[in-house]
Amino acid sequence: MLKDKKVVILGDRDGVPGPAIEECVKTAGADVVFSTTECFV
Amino acid sequence: MSFAVVKAASYTLAHTPDFIPFGSTPTTAKARDDQEYFAALKNGLRSFDDVVNYPPNQCYVGNITPHQLGEVAQPWYQDAAAGERTGRYGDIMPQVEFYALLKASDAFDLVALTPEFIEVANPKLAAHPLLKRYTLDASKAMAATDMHAMLEAHKAEPLKMDGELVGIVKQAHDEDENLSAHIMLENLTVKATGVHAALCLEAQGVDLSEVEYIIECSEEACGDINQRGGGNFAKAIGEMIGCASATGSDLRGFCAAPAHSLIHAAALVKGGAFKSVLVVAGGAVAKLGMNSREHLAKDMPVLEDCLAGFAFLVTENDGVSPIVNTDIIGRLNVGAGSSPQAVTSALVSEPLNAVGRKITDIDRYSAEMQNPEITKPAGAGDVPEANFKMIAALAVKEGQLERKDLLSFVKNHGMPGFALTQGHIPSGVPYLGHGRDAIMNGEINSFMVIGKGSLFLGRMTNLFDGISTVVEKNPGVQEAAGFDKDEARRLVAQAMQDVAARLAE
Amino acid sequence: MDLENQKRIKDLAETHGNENVVVVLGGAEAEASGLAAETVTAGDPTFAGPLAGVQLGLSVYHITEEAVKEVVNSDVYEEQVGMMEMVLPVEEIASEMSQFRG
Repeated sequence: MLKDKKVVILGDRDGVPGPAIEECVKTAGADVVFSTTECFV
Repeated sequence: MSFAVVKAASYTLAHTPDFIPFGSTPTTAKARDDQEYFAALKNGLRSFDDVVNYPPNQCYVGNITPHQLGEVAQPWYQDAAAGERTGRYGDIMPQVEFYALLKASDAFDLVALTPEFIEVANPKLAAHPLLKRYTLDASKAMAATDMHAMLEAHKAEPLKMDGELVGIVKQAHDEDENLSAHIMLENLTVKATGVHAALCLEAQGVDLSEVEYIIECSEEACGDINQRGGGNFAKAIGEMIGCASATGSDLRGFCAAPAHSLIHAAALVKGGAFKSVLVVAGGAVAKLGMNSREHLAKDMPVLEDCLAGFAFLVTENDGVSPIVNTDIIGRLNVGAGSSPQAVTSALVSEPLNAVGRKITDIDRYSAEMQNPEITKPAGAGDVPEANFKMIAALAVKEGQLERKDLLSFVKNHGMPGFALTQGHIPSGVPYLGHGRDAIMNGEINSFMVIGKGSLFLGRMTNLFDGISTVVEKNPGVQEAAGFDKDEARRLVAQAMQDVAARLAE
Repeated sequence: MDLENQKRIKDLAETHGNENVVVVLGGAEAEASGLAAETVTAGDPTFAGPLAGVQLGLSVYHITEEAVKEVVNSDVYEEQVGMMEMVLPVEEIASEMSQFRG
């Protein structure tokens, strides 16, 4: 599902932040093309 | 060396409905000429009385405790009981007083007010127990027609009351964007709201002339083209409030800065460099109406309609006030990573484990204290509750708590969020006042202050930040090292017995 | 969703092809996660950003969804997200997300 896909990560400061998602999806063979963390506070 | 103590804490709000258009969200809407948004915004504004009565605001200034807030039915913005603008810790200021204080804070003739406004404002200042020291000079008033000319030339930002022009903030330089009218308005706001907060310490009996060092920890930067964040809001505020014996500096760290400042202040005092350190922060104009789009979409009022401030005083150990136990400092080091569990471990369990304490030993956690009524519709969830759940989950993982007790831990060791989403304001320190009282009253023995900051917003690093420490009951006056009262009594008694024995011989 | 992020996603979908791009969310809350999912599939529901009226139809998941969890190394997942599973409204998020997948 994520293997060899171009993955866009929209993390959340108060949920799961971008870098943590990045660590996860890399193990599934994803190619992270954009990762950011949103902040509403 | 003895730990420093939290001597007093103050919390203030300034209700500024006419400043909301300067916020980041409304500014973006203006650039897109989003008239629908502005029509909704106008209908979503609250009156000063509604702002005063709003239960989270009553909690912030100290008229109700966080526990009492938790017992008020939600939504809090509906059918609130009548409250007082002045509380145990601070004051909620209406816009007219705020504009007057903005002018009083202006050292470079950047704020101009109409004669009509000055006539209305001066009696308000005179009637305020803390602001009566300031009077606006009517001879320096500016006619509204002259103001319109400056506004049309984009050399000033408007100060309005119910949409009517009553003043302007002028640009401080023709070409330097760091001294633009908008930035001067933001920075003078930090100064004025910081002054308001610090003065409320005076109302609690603090002698501001005895302060030796000031740390200002908001999120704005002052300086010109050659030093954009050059700073020292701290001394600018100190000058206004009679801290003649103090020096100071600014500390920045996004939303975590106040928690960093508490530790800096405690360390400066404990280390002996300064006997009394004032930490102060003014409010953030950019965050006015930040989540208003989402609030209005849910038929809620614009809850981000105030600027917030706080101040607290950290001094040498008085033997009574709660100590800042700097033996316990949770630190999110550069190499710590930013996964939620790495952050929570670094800030909570690791520093406690290091001194042989458990997560459950700390009576209250004051993490990020954002008001959930503001953050939930915006998509951030209930931020303090999420923090308490993470702490509880960590306690479960470390075998200090049964999984079934997770929610009761959240209830008993946490509290509802009551701070405005003004960035740095919610950062752990809103509970210093209530927590100090709860310790002094014997309700609790300790609480942990946790601040977190989104460093990635500055585009310099992807790192997250956080820092924590524990405030706890003062164990009482410690005698100087090497002198033990009981031991001394024993020695004196022994000597007297010896003398008596010799005399008897 | 942040307008700058909408622009980035639109550009990336153009560069790599919509079928090759997968969006993974970390939102704290179900409704907001749903809005983000809607934005990258059917278009910006607030009609505020570059994705207003643009149906990218991207694949989109929340990091706490089973489908993602299955393909991620379980130790890494536990280390990075494990605790948030206890904190976030995981089921509510999953049901919200499923609305935006055909």
